[in-house]
Amino acid sequence: MDEALVIAAHGSHLNAESSTPTYDHADTIRATGAFGEVRESFWKEEPSFREALRTVDAEEVYLVPLFISEGYFTEQVIPREFRLEDWDPELWDSDGTSATNATLAAEDTDQTVHYCGPVGTHDSMSDVIVQRAESVTGDPDVGDGFGLAVVGHGTERNENSAKAIQYHADRIRERDRFDEVQSLFMDEDPEVDDVADYFESDDIVVVPLFIADGFHTQEDIPEDMGLTDDYRTGYDVPTTVEGHDIWYAGAVGTEPLMADVVLERAADAGADVSSAIEQVREETGGAKPATGD
Amino acid sequence: MDGEYVDALVATAPDGIAFDDLHVAHESDGYTFQTPDVDHSGIDEETLRTVAAESPYVRNWYFWHATAPQKADRWAFLRWLEGAEQRDVAERYDALADGVSATWGELHLTVTLSDGERAYSVRHRADADVGTSALDTHDDPLDAREIAKHDDDGGYRPLKTAPSLQTGWAFPALSAGEFVTTVDAFYPATIANWHREREGELDVNHWRDTVDRQTGIYGVVKTWDRGDGYEHVNWVAEACCDDSQCLKRREWQYDEETDLGVDGGSGEFPCREPCSLVIAGARQWTKLEGETSQTYEFELTPSEKEQVEAIIDAVADGEAEDIREADIYEGANRYRARFLRAKLFDDEGNLGGVETEQ
Repeated sequence: MDEALVIAAHGSHLNAESSTPTYDHADTIRATGAFGEVRESFWKEEPSFREALRTVDAEEVYLVPLFISEGYFTEQVIPREFRLEDWDPELWDSDGTSATNATLAAEDTDQTVHYCGPVGTHDSMSDVIVQRAESVTGDPDVGDGFGLAVVGHGTERNENSAKAIQYHADRIRERDRFDEVQSLFMDEDPEVDDVADYFESDDIVVVPLFIADGFHTQEDIPEDMGLTDDYRTGYDVPTTVEGHDIWYAGAVGTEPLMADVVLERAADAGADVSSAIEQVREETGGAKPATGD
Repeated sequence: MDGEYVDALVATAPDGIAFDDLHVAHESDGYTFQTPDVDHSGIDEETLRTVAAESPYVRNWYFWHATAPQKADRWAFLRWLEGAEQRDVAERYDALADGVSATWGELHLTVTLSDGERAYSVRHRADADVGTSALDTHDDPLDAREIAKHDDDGGYRPLKTAPSLQTGWAFPALSAGEFVTTVDAFYPATIANWHREREGELDVNHWRDTVDRQTGIYGVVKTWDRGDGYEHVNWVAEACCDDSQCLKRREWQYDEETDLGVDGGSGEFPCREPCSLVIAGARQWTKLEGETSQTYEFELTPSEKEQVEAIIDAVADGEAEDIREADIYEGANRYRARFLRAKLFDDEGNLGGVETEQ
């Protein structure tokens, strides 16, 4: 029997566009034919986490959370709502940014579910952040003379929320591509409000590590950074703030290359999708997959 | 195409076929081929091929085994649509020639037979009699996701089964597989749950089960249940789950032993547990209902009391926007409401000048 990919995303009761990146990435993967079925599922929309598996014909399912960090949603909500028997966060053996995958049975459908870590903590997410910077500047070689700010929500309920942001900021910094790389947060220090204080570079690309554009990425962050007094009037890209040109990218999750991260998660769990990964990287402007380790 | 179903029949005959009035077998003296119209036995393969090629029973068998989606619920749904359990093949094919339709929520579903092939279509039931040329036509089932997102006024629909599906579109020519994908995109999981219910396997999670499962910001809802009373859950169901709000038929109750006191609705497909909107509402109500009542003293004329009731009714029934601008005979008319506010509210917005905190 065919294998299916089920993407688990947050969705929204209020914002019609919250689901859009999920649909877009699912469509990209669907078009590769790598899976017999590709299904979107949502915490706040339908099909719900509770009922997505029963709409899938395949006996074997790769379940990939379209979430940024590991923690409450990936360790409690999703396994519970999908009724994954004998789930234990220890199965991922993660330090907060190193989730792997676990193979479990779904209690209500008996399907075999390869439950993968979230897209946000996969290594290839660093590539998506960089690509987002390329997209917003229109420069495939962006880096020299630029600072990069990776922005996250902050701790809230979950200490891993900040870890994922710092993890990718560190990885990108090590590449020496941007003059400076800094992680910033909405509700803790260093705060995104003070973005100009944290960089010496004249140009700063700001990439929020969010799955979908919504209140935080479209209203709070642009206003907090001083790109605009009122998000409804919009802002320019770049906008000059305190002598720096701020290139605000909007949610990283809308970058087409995100589809690659979803596939990488499934591949790590054993899905045979290498040609789909190649195809998606080609279509979405990602780098060629590295050969060997 | 002709070859396909005949080849398949010949290949399957040794296993025996008994489906929808078609009986085929391969025995030592040759093939038997029986339908309500013909009865052959001891025929050779060439004769079998000739009779099979002309038989609607063979094409019908082939459709259900090679063309229709084989997942049990999708298959049963397609059978239900054309009344396969109520009509024999001959009757069905007569009916299918003119098209057989059914309603699924707000969807108007039709299957038609032309040139021996089934073709499916989906549109809003309000558009059932509208010419297809007057509708925006689609052929990609996943377009349904976008159509389902907004109502006719452009408002976001967080609940797919709310009776607010926009009109003006059609999927005029779908294959069987595309058809079930389309229906499932408009109303996710309704086919699966409908089928489970028909099979006696619907896994209902009642209010108590669902609330007990909640964590995080929704964990507070557990505290709303106190003692044996469940009147508050009746109010939730009346507010959110009535047919005027959701087309699923509510099958969940307070708990396994305790049915709620309000009607679950008459929808074709069941609702098996309180949805995320109900839980989000319940979270807010848990907080609000934690307040204790106070006695406020206002003076209202009888008409003003009735007007307050009319305004609440109009908002609750989604009719406030339908009240005409100059229809000052309606209590929920905008001018009437503004007059009431001008007369009864003080500068701080307190009704009757009475402060909320006393």
